[in-house]
Amino acid sequence: MTEPMLKGRGLTKRYGKVTALDRCDFDLYPGEILAVIGDNGAGKSTLIKALSGAVIPDEGEILLDGKPVTFASPIEARGYGIETVYQTLAMSPALSIVDNMFMGREIRKKGMMGSLLRQLDKAEMERVAREKLNDLGLTTVQNINQAVETLSGGQRQGVAVARAAAFGSKVIILDEPTAALGVKESRKVLELIQDVRARGIPIVLISHNMPHVFELADRIHVHRLGKRLCVIDPKAHTMNDAVAYMTGAKEPEEVRAA
Amino acid sequence: MSDSTGRGQDYESSLSGASTSLAEFEAHEKGLFGRFHNALHATPALVPLIVLMAAILIFGVTLGERFFSPGTLTLILQQVQIVGVLAAAQTLIILTAGIDLSVGAMAVFCSVIMGQFTFRYGIPAPVGIACGLAIGTGIGAVSGWLVSRVKLPPFIVTLGMWQIVLAANYLYSKNETIRSQDIRESAPLLGFMGMRFEVGGAVITLGVVTMILIVVVLAYVLRSTAWGRHVYAVGDDAEAAELAGVNRHGTIMSVYMTAGFICGLAGWVMIGRFGSVSPSASTGVVGNIQSITAVVIGGISLFGGRGSIWGAFFGALIVGTFELGLRMAGANAQWTYLLIGALIIGAVAVDQWIRKVTS
Repeated sequence: MTEPMLKGRGLTKRYGKVTALDRCDFDLYPGEILAVIGDNGAGKSTLIKALSGAVIPDEGEILLDGKPVTFASPIEARGYGIETVYQTLAMSPALSIVDNMFMGREIRKKGMMGSLLRQLDKAEMERVAREKLNDLGLTTVQNINQAVETLSGGQRQGVAVARAAAFGSKVIILDEPTAALGVKESRKVLELIQDVRARGIPIVLISHNMPHVFELADRIHVHRLGKRLCVIDPKAHTMNDAVAYMTGAKEPEEVRAA
Repeated sequence: MSDSTGRGQDYESSLSGASTSLAEFEAHEKGLFGRFHNALHATPALVPLIVLMAAILIFGVTLGERFFSPGTLTLILQQVQIVGVLAAAQTLIILTAGIDLSVGAMAVFCSVIMGQFTFRYGIPAPVGIACGLAIGTGIGAVSGWLVSRVKLPPFIVTLGMWQIVLAANYLYSKNETIRSQDIRESAPLLGFMGMRFEVGGAVITLGVVTMILIVVVLAYVLRSTAWGRHVYAVGDDAEAAELAGVNRHGTIMSVYMTAGFICGLAGWVMIGRFGSVSPSASTGVVGNIQSITAVVIGGISLFGGRGSIWGAFFGALIVGTFELGLRMAGANAQWTYLLIGALIIGAVAVDQWIRKVTS
């Protein structure tokens, strides 16, 4: 079997007396979409934060490409090629699409204008941004300099995913990408996620929407009480099974056997 | 529930017949009004520029040559130079969704430092000036640290800093004024910003040139460098900016320090403008409100992340134009304040309207 791209072993995170992550394991294989589901308070967002650098686990290790890594911040995780699309999207509404796509990693002009006057290469950034949006089929972008707040929810999500896809070389983490969207916009974003997978980048998808999870995921990581309860194959299980596992109504086969 | 995997999962198949134009980025035709709205959204300094042009036009028509002359128009520039420089510092702070009540006090304190260091300790004037600028930057660093690291509200930090700096200014200077005669004789460099040159009736001082230079440099930095984009992003949504990879602490610190440095420059401009160094200059008490007025009239959002430095510059000029124009027209000075009050409310109303993008 291939080695996992991103692997977590024995991850533990405590907040005072509350143990949000309890010796949790995690595996993401190359080229797959792994859905993470779990009831509210199961600790899935803490798991995701640990993997994206927003939370530092108390114990356990994270391996990227088989090598142990530690992230002190989301910026460090990004340095390793792990991009996260947060539920809040982390975009500045008043700034343009280009500004947002390159926030924190702007391209400077070559030569004196760039090194001495620190001038940004707007033309180059616009070209790259347009290219990335085109790659993902967001070809209808007309004005790449329009403010993000003038976009619809689905378009914003599209830009956020495009930003992650443009810079995430190893792993892309999507936190509830369709939670705030209407039916048609959700559809568009799901297609976008499949486009990203088609380019070979593995995706971690956190979602409460079972139809979306079962449609997209190759494997489903069921999170319960701070740890991985089981990993199920969406083709071999029903949505009912998944909901039963994550709420504790039913125990999966492997757990009962153990 | 049990059959949800069967028929339930293709509940979206009916979508194939629906219109797919939803996720497109096409600009809708909104007509002239909509285009005006878009223009304002893209160029927020447009409103104050229009108001400024209208004010100059109206005073020019009613007062004629007396107002519409190179001498009078450049007199406005001279009268707003201190507020203009302070407004530039205020703009930086307000763009990060902060507010600085201490700008005027800092300017006065820096001018006192420059004067007293030179006269009391016999330090060469250039070094004294450098000390004044450094102390301005240092005070800015303290405020920035309190805002960014201790997470105190900027209003509270600078309200306290205003009183502290103003009191320190009186205590340190022992309320002594350095006379303009002494400055001219032994340290002319302190009054450097007051140096004037005339071009066909127009009088320009170095202080005015400095004000314009600060605005031009900041306009470039805010628009065309990564740091400028980060200032806007931090003011717009600090959490989002941080998650996107912006160094929030570094950006806020550098903004408060730059603002402090600019306040130091304002102190130097003050010496040039008044000729003397006075710890009881009115700027220490009203400079903050004057600069906030200019910034707000200039269309910069008090919620941060929106507006341009040119707006603040035009805002300062609008106030200066009203003051001088109404005085020349022989109106009671209270009319100026009344009109400026109306402008402030109008400017914020326009800002709210611009923010409503889904019209």
